[in-house]
Amino acid sequence: MLWVDKYRPKTLDKALVHEDVAQNLKKLVTEQDCPHLLFYGPPGSGKKTLIMALLRQIFGPAADKVKVENKAWKIDAGTRTIDVELTTLSSTHHVELNPSDAGFQDRYVVQEIIKEMARNRPIDMKGRKGFKVLVLNEVDKLSKEAQHSLRRTMEKYSASCRLILCSNSSSKVTDAVRSRCLNVRINAPTEEQIAKVLEFIAKKEGLQVPPGFYDRVAAKSNRSLRRAILLFETCRVQQYPFTNNQVIPPMDWEEYISEIASDIMSEQSPKRLFQVRGKLYELLSNCIPPEIVLKRLLSDLLRKLDAELKHEVCHWAAYYEHRMVLGQKAIFHLEAFVAKFMSIYKAFLLATFG
Amino acid sequence: MAPVLQSSQPWVEKYRPKQVKDVAHQDEVVRVLTNTLETTNCPHMLFYGPPGTGKTTTALAIAHQLFGPELYKSRVLELNASDDRGINVVRTKIKDFAAVAVGSSQRQGGYPCPPYKIIILDEADSMTEDAQNALRRTMETYSKVTRFFFICNYISRIIEPLASRCAKFRFKPLSEEVMNSRILHICKEEGLNLDSEALSTLSFISQGDLRRAITYLQGAARLYGSSISSKDLINVSGVIPQDIVQALFAACKSGDFDLANKEVNNIIAEGYPASQMLSQLFDVIVEANDISDEQKERVCKKLGEADKCLVDGADEYLQLLDVASNTLQALSAEFAAVADQSVVSMFRLQLILSAIAELSFDLLCLRFIAAEMILVGAIGAGGAVGVGGAGANVVAVAGGGVKSSRS
Repeated sequence: MLWVDKYRPKTLDKALVHEDVAQNLKKLVTEQDCPHLLFYGPPGSGKKTLIMALLRQIFGPAADKVKVENKAWKIDAGTRTIDVELTTLSSTHHVELNPSDAGFQDRYVVQEIIKEMARNRPIDMKGRKGFKVLVLNEVDKLSKEAQHSLRRTMEKYSASCRLILCSNSSSKVTDAVRSRCLNVRINAPTEEQIAKVLEFIAKKEGLQVPPGFYDRVAAKSNRSLRRAILLFETCRVQQYPFTNNQVIPPMDWEEYISEIASDIMSEQSPKRLFQVRGKLYELLSNCIPPEIVLKRLLSDLLRKLDAELKHEVCHWAAYYEHRMVLGQKAIFHLEAFVAKFMSIYKAFLLATFG
Repeated sequence: MAPVLQSSQPWVEKYRPKQVKDVAHQDEVVRVLTNTLETTNCPHMLFYGPPGTGKTTTALAIAHQLFGPELYKSRVLELNASDDRGINVVRTKIKDFAAVAVGSSQRQGGYPCPPYKIIILDEADSMTEDAQNALRRTMETYSKVTRFFFICNYISRIIEPLASRCAKFRFKPLSEEVMNSRILHICKEEGLNLDSEALSTLSFISQGDLRRAITYLQGAARLYGSSISSKDLINVSGVIPQDIVQALFAACKSGDFDLANKEVNNIIAEGYPASQMLSQLFDVIVEANDISDEQKERVCKKLGEADKCLVDGADEYLQLLDVASNTLQALSAEFAAVADQSVVSMFRLQLILSAIAELSFDLLCLRFIAAEMILVGAIGAGGAVGVGGAGANVVAVAGGGVKSSRS
């Protein structure tokens, strides 16, 4: 079992970061009825962990017994029927799903599954709650129509069904949905907090760790706890006992992008552009999301550039990323950015050195 | 549907005024409608204004007061944006309902029960133009037996023929005193403790939107118990603490790109929504005294563009970084030369901004077009207004207007 899963806090009391949020949530569900919740925060900050712990707090250990199901819905949409298949994770008390997997049909999934859950309303007995919980992941990827149809459904079935929404940024969730939920912001843990968690894991695993090692892993992690723990485990596998000067291996795709960055810094020509295209395709075909490629490339470039060029480069990065969202094929825009950068940089070089 | 538990009922519903005369701060409408209650006659109505000012409440209240609980179901049709409202619905459902004749006036159980039905179209600005067009004739044909109430945020999205058939009422944003008195009333009923600082924070973050204020209050009460501080409210509302906004602004002022980049990284890691950041940064920029109009105009234009990009789903980090770098450039020395004149024309920008708050913004745009004052760039940003959440875009237009009117 990976350490990430092994040391995931099982209850709200055991949370190592966000203790205050955990305590508030606990108070919320023990004292009174739980409202709809919206968790938002950057990846690796512990949203899912808190949600699972919260479910356990509400329903007890039964929430742990989850089964993976491949459900198919036949949805009657006026003139035609639509088949939607989706993987769900469910226990007797909650259902978890990624509605954005359904693509443009997400609206039907959202409406249908909530209705279905509302039909099978559990009986409000002693020690049981009279509602089920629906956990929706990646709400920010949900289409606008799906979010609009959520809002009425949320109110209508609020007696038998609670929603827990989970998203990376709350600005992509429409106001109407946001205002119907209790918003919980989960910030990324600070490096000290990450180091503390790593220390906790090392103690449990009985590892000898040289001083300063935690801080180095934490610094590499980009304030993502998940990533920090994975890195830590990689280091453990790579070389144990730890030494003070052990290199913490960067992710291979990040290295690859750094390579691209130094490529385009060293030569600006159509030929080089062609080579870079191949590398970009390589990244995309390995399922690295294009916006992450662009962001990483930008940050690598910014590190090497002169101050006066930075503004322009980051402007064009924002410009092409926006285009990428509107467009269909990411490679065009990535390449356009690279070409744009080359032309800016070349002009700059010519102006300075003649 | 099972009865909703008392505790889970949103306070917004619980404290919704049941009678027209309880609606706060909208004296004109209340006067006209009270009159309606006596004479039992009313025109078609169009309510418009920012969210949370009581439009839906007023419409529901008058319908309830006219018909009472028994007749309400058969006499009132309520449709909002979450119901399907395409042209087919207008042609079938609305028309069918409108066509049914009702008995002559007779008072039942103390309610006036006038001889017509009411159709409430909530959020009418999200209806398609076709659907609105299909309504025109329906409204006239059945005007004997049916009254339409349109409710919308932006009157500009209602087509002119519909608007001209209605009596229009604008709902003003609530003033701080009215808001505070409602909030304190709720606090008393719910047994909450709210100090004066928290109260002023609440009215600041909700900006005249009473529904939002009440929602925040309930959220805070659920999370933090019965005594609520201003920090709790900020936590629940998703508003970014002022010192973080100031830190970004200071980083932009310092002229150091890497510092600004670090601040942006920090903001994203803390999970603050970028759109919120843009609007708060905008407030800071407009209120700053030490930067010139040209600089403000430049920053505001960028804010407008970034807002549009965010609505399109662009990446938050990149957009925010772009805004920060642009602000940084704008604030650097080359634009600072004209700072001395800024007092007079900044006053003008403020006037325009308050005009936006007062009128709905389309009127303002019209005024600009009439005066041929919009710069080409500003039109570009202004064109994005139609797309969605575009407060900052309006400002970009206004900023452009100020610039051109000076030159």
